[in-house]
Amino acid sequence: MDKILDVKNLGVSFHTYAGEVKAVRGINFYLNRGEALALVGESGCGKTVTAKSLMCLNPMPPAEIKDGSSIEYNGQEVLEMSKDELRAFRGAEISMVFQDPMTSLNPTMKIGDQIAESLTTHMKLNKKEALDKAVQMLERVGIPEAEERINSYPHEFSGGMRQRVMIAIALACNPRILIADEPTTALDVTIQAQVLELLKELQNEMGTSIILVTHDLGVVANFADRIHVMYAGKIVEKGTTRDIFYRGEHPYTWALLSSVPDLYAENRKKLYSLEGTPPDLLLPLEGCPFASRCKYCMQICREKMPPKTDINESHSVSCWLKHPSAPKVEKPHILRRDV
Amino acid sequence: MAKLHEELIQVNNLKKYFRISRKSVLKAVDDVSFSIKKGETLGLVGESGCGKSTCGRTVVGLYDATGGSVLYEGKDVHRLKKDEKLQFKKNAQYIFQDPYASLDPRMTIGDIIGEGMDVHQMHSNEKERTARIHELLELVGLNPEHAVRYPHELSGGQRQRVGIARALAVEPEFIVCDEPISALDVSIQAQIVNLLIELQENLDLTYLFISHDLSMVKHISNRVAVMYLGVIVELASSEELYKNALHPYTKALMSAIPVPDPDVESSRERIILPGDVPSPINPPPGCKFQGRCKYAMPICKEKTPELVDQGDGHFVACYLHNK
Repeated sequence: MDKILDVKNLGVSFHTYAGEVKAVRGINFYLNRGEALALVGESGCGKTVTAKSLMCLNPMPPAEIKDGSSIEYNGQEVLEMSKDELRAFRGAEISMVFQDPMTSLNPTMKIGDQIAESLTTHMKLNKKEALDKAVQMLERVGIPEAEERINSYPHEFSGGMRQRVMIAIALACNPRILIADEPTTALDVTIQAQVLELLKELQNEMGTSIILVTHDLGVVANFADRIHVMYAGKIVEKGTTRDIFYRGEHPYTWALLSSVPDLYAENRKKLYSLEGTPPDLLLPLEGCPFASRCKYCMQICREKMPPKTDINESHSVSCWLKHPSAPKVEKPHILRRDV
Repeated sequence: MAKLHEELIQVNNLKKYFRISRKSVLKAVDDVSFSIKKGETLGLVGESGCGKSTCGRTVVGLYDATGGSVLYEGKDVHRLKKDEKLQFKKNAQYIFQDPYASLDPRMTIGDIIGEGMDVHQMHSNEKERTARIHELLELVGLNPEHAVRYPHELSGGQRQRVGIARALAVEPEFIVCDEPISALDVSIQAQIVNLLIELQENLDLTYLFISHDLSMVKHISNRVAVMYLGVIVELASSEELYKNALHPYTKALMSAIPVPDPDVESSRERIILPGDVPSPINPPPGCKFQGRCKYAMPICKEKTPELVDQGDGHFVACYLHNK
């Protein structure tokens, strides 16, 4: 498989009155052609900032991309693109579906015009062709009576339909990469299932690579090929979906897995919950960012950042527990099935 | 836990319609009946727009009912005298869905929690008030120093704890939890659900727990009612509902819950419902679900199925089962 996107040592900071917030702290990852990659983590772990950086969407200032960061798209450096190059790049090559379908559509524009906008810009279609294509896209994402609905305004659509419209806009120019930032968080479970199914279908059909950003591991089990778990601006564990779900090594991954409620668990039993909050990204981080919430925390975890340990080609983890002299800990039962 | 026998709330044929224009009526809640026993948690699940929040709001008297009645300890909530009404509002509290919008941004956390106590004159001096606010903050797992802060300084999970503390401030017996966790991260949801269960056990509370997330509802509830377009389509104990769901809509809802296991997910058959919940404005006669139901029969379009007991308190409104 060949890499379509290669991110190296990406660091993003925000300059605020309180000081420099280091939202993303030197992360490396790549995306293969036609693959679905999931970035998973809690609110504030830097996953959305990472996703936005890929399209240079973070407002600068206050944001600052750290020196030494590199984002390569098909061999081309995204961070060095000029304004015009970026404009051609966004929408045509890479596009994004935002979390909140209620606020990311323009309430004063007709749905058809919003889809047609990027088509006239990027594909140089005329108004009529663009609207025809908009109808096709709406049909493609499963909106009935598309020909009439292009004249509707966003408020006439339900949440799930608006998210479909967002997907139609994002895919209108047939981009190579689609970034979906929590595309289903604002939706009901039944609609969530519909939207995920649709994304999967479109991925197979159009060969688009997808980066799915989410806080819910339950959502990605059937969706992603690979999963990266983020915490406090770092990727703490990378692996294939099976690696993460069955052979996860990082205590934070275990915590995320355990906090997905189990339908078959005993009723009213105390649910697993991860206590505490992520570290303040204003402060310099010494040691492992997860140390203060980790129940396996050792002396060294508070002092030095753990190095990346490769378990196999696809699976790597940053945790001192993988050090040869670290004590052996028992993994929580949620993972043990495959061992 | 309190003994589950006394019925605290009885909802009989409750209806709440909103008049949209001269010709159209939005039937948000259309003939719903259930009861909640003291110390029990009744879960109310359904998709957005199915009327579950309207139902919760009508039950505590935030909306007037169009028809039917809500009896709280035998008294009709919508026909209380002035002082009885004040007492009822102290007994029944509400936790709102959105922890960002439900706290006044210009009030300190202490004042947000203390406001209800002031209204019901639950303290005799300032010192007592402050002490009680600090006690409540600790009860919900916050620090007393949070009392002087403002909502924007807190995270979503912390704000929801403030919402819970505000509800508890007036020592209620009954709390409607309206999607208290859906705006939160998965890891924080568990914290809030644990807190709600713990508080219920310690303070003998009765909950009406509204959510679209079946797995959480199953966890916290003794019984679960599934709502679709203003009507209850299935009601059973939570164990029974999950083992033996009867209504096609309940089955679809359950199959939509993502399972954190790639093998289970890839082998499992998912029922994906076509389309959205139809509009509750001027709904057609018959079963409300028939448009999305793959088992729909001619009778489903003609008559609304009634909620019938299938034994052991498992009620379902579907012609597949109501022979």
